[in-house]
Amino acid sequence: MEPDKFSRKDFLKFGVATSTLAAISAGTFNLVDAAGKGETVRVLTADGKLVDVEKASIKLADTSKKREEVSFNRLRARQGIKGRKWVMVIDLARCKHALACQKSCNKHHHIPGDRQWLNVYEMQDAPATSPYWMPKTCFHCDNPVCVAVCPVDATFKREDGIVLIDNERCIGCRFCMAACPYSTRVFNWGAPTTNDQVETEAYDPEKGFPRKMGTVEKCDFCPDMLRQGMLPHCVEACPNGVYFFGDKNEDTVTNGGETFRLSQLLKDKGGYRYMEELGTEPSVYYLPAVNRLVPFEEPPKTKDDKMGDMNHH
Amino acid sequence: MESATTIEQLTIDLQPRKFGRAGQIWTGVLCLLILNGVVSYIFQLKYGLSVTGMSNYVSWGIYISNFVFFVAISLVGSLISAILKLSNAKWSIPLTRIAEIIAVANIMFAGLIIIVDMGRPDRITNILIYGRIQSPIVWDVLVVSTYLVISILLLYIPLLPDLALLRDKMKGLPKWQHQLYKILSLGWIGSEEQYRILHKSVNMLAVIIIPVALGIHTVTSWLFASTLRGGWNSTNFGPYFVAGAFVVGAAGVIALMYVARRNYNLEKYLTDDIFDKMGKLLVMLSLVYTYFTINEYLTPAFKMMGGEKALIQDLFIGHFAPMFWGVQIFGVIIPVIVMLFKNGRKPLPLFIVAVMTIIGAWFKRYLIVIPTLFHPYLPAIEQNGVPKVISYFPTWHEWSITAASLAGSLLVITILFRYLPFISMWEIAEEEGLNHEHMNPIAVKPKK
Repeated sequence: MEPDKFSRKDFLKFGVATSTLAAISAGTFNLVDAAGKGETVRVLTADGKLVDVEKASIKLADTSKKREEVSFNRLRARQGIKGRKWVMVIDLARCKHALACQKSCNKHHHIPGDRQWLNVYEMQDAPATSPYWMPKTCFHCDNPVCVAVCPVDATFKREDGIVLIDNERCIGCRFCMAACPYSTRVFNWGAPTTNDQVETEAYDPEKGFPRKMGTVEKCDFCPDMLRQGMLPHCVEACPNGVYFFGDKNEDTVTNGGETFRLSQLLKDKGGYRYMEELGTEPSVYYLPAVNRLVPFEEPPKTKDDKMGDMNHH
Repeated sequence: MESATTIEQLTIDLQPRKFGRAGQIWTGVLCLLILNGVVSYIFQLKYGLSVTGMSNYVSWGIYISNFVFFVAISLVGSLISAILKLSNAKWSIPLTRIAEIIAVANIMFAGLIIIVDMGRPDRITNILIYGRIQSPIVWDVLVVSTYLVISILLLYIPLLPDLALLRDKMKGLPKWQHQLYKILSLGWIGSEEQYRILHKSVNMLAVIIIPVALGIHTVTSWLFASTLRGGWNSTNFGPYFVAGAFVVGAAGVIALMYVARRNYNLEKYLTDDIFDKMGKLLVMLSLVYTYFTINEYLTPAFKMMGGEKALIQDLFIGHFAPMFWGVQIFGVIIPVIVMLFKNGRKPLPLFIVAVMTIIGAWFKRYLIVIPTLFHPYLPAIEQNGVPKVISYFPTWHEWSITAASLAGSLLVITILFRYLPFISMWEIAEEEGLNHEHMNPIAVKPKK
């Protein structure tokens, strides 16, 4: 069962701090690593001796631990956060296209330069009406087309309302991208550009990295932050308090500074959802751009202004 | 056909023959194209779909439109060997096997090319492990594989008497080929009982394949129609796809029977009359298709709803207009006009318009898949909200893989033509009134 260069007895003697069972399975799984001769590392055994161990066998133990972590993460990601129903309200009257939301999102999700999870659109409903800025996250629809068409349940709707993707399961058919009417989903067309720190982490669907080539990704409402009782990065970063986030069950939304009753806010400010007629039931509401904080102003139309340095790859 | 046909004569006329120089060059070219595509695919496996021209906006490209083309052309198997057969159209008997060969070769490559489009082909088993029956892709996987199985049966079962004939009567065969026919004919002796079972099973399969055939192309259309995107969000798509599929399939049969007749001197079997009838059939199918095309574009163009307006303009007068009108004019209108004339249904002109129809049909699939993706509901933007011009140009890798898949299906057709009688000998013999005893003399021996 075990590769000959890496017996169970040796393993116990080395005393690498991990469970024997996991190590056996890892040893069986990762033959190549175990066979590789290379650098040695000095470790302390259980009976207090220092021994030199091949670095490859240490990595083995790490790998098995990481695999356990990944399967835990993937399981947890499907369950969602109990008793919650996340909802977002975006106040268009406050947005002045500062793009702090996008920057923060890009930074915290380590988003490569060829894509965005969050976009701010210049909208104009009719030629005679005034233009306005419309930030757009994933709408985390209650009737999500993307989830409906996925052939392998790689993208799913959680009980807390979040639509998430398991990049370890996605087969890359891109049906969800074709189906989403909001152009929300982006694809890892090639090997994802990333940094070493991200690469060493255990994959977690709630973070969306390390990225996997040939799979789909998108805005995830930052469930890793929500688990810690914190707001999504875009909400935190916005200097004008455009984004309100909260729990529909509690009927409360906050932008970090102000807190409102969700139902009251939608009622008072005439809240609506984008393209209600599509029947997707978004979890994101908009407040119309009336009584604006600042007048609408066109940004300089160049590709390489302040966003450029964010996406150095 | 003269009534003096003997089974010996039939065997000599229709038995598989060695390729001449042209056939060898043709096969060689196909192999080179396939090799080239395989190399490109290896690059794609290594570097991911970034070697294609697809992007986050145009997330499906010619792999998908080529897939739709393969599914479409494979539908002809059911048209000729099921619909025409069940309606007792005797004239189409010599075409049955040609149609089934087209069906099998193309549905095989429909399955393959869809794997090429996957970002993670290594996870293909996820469809079996985690498959959601609610997803139209899973419906497509089920119905395409069902169609493949039934098509193979519809090709293979009626081959049994012919394989036995070749086993018994074909002279000068290499040993392996004789052995192959012997194994594949499954010990066929040609008894009346066997023929009874054969007729019964083929009739049953012919009935079964009709709903499955409608299913493959209807479900394929639903891959698009089940989304909320302008241009795909159409209730017309199922019948529209089926109608278009019959057109390209019938054109495929015409093209292939012309090539076969020319190279094998089969004027006696693939008569001018059959060409004439296929021409009329193609006219009818094209007109039905045109009716659906008008349905598909006229009402949205009349209304110009938001979400469809820009797409319609793009097709009629914009970026895609040359291709759109090219397909309508050279792929449908001119062929129909030519075929309305009796002389236009003669073999050579019919062959030419059939090839035009096939090429038009390939680009028509492009027009179904790609332009919609150029028109998302929200404006396309890049970094920093800068407006983005959506574009899509298939790359060298995409073209070479697509060419390889087309060459692959042609190679399968070529190989089947080389080693199988592509006109059903025993069915012709039955039509000629020859007794089964003539074909398989073993069966004549009285059983005690």
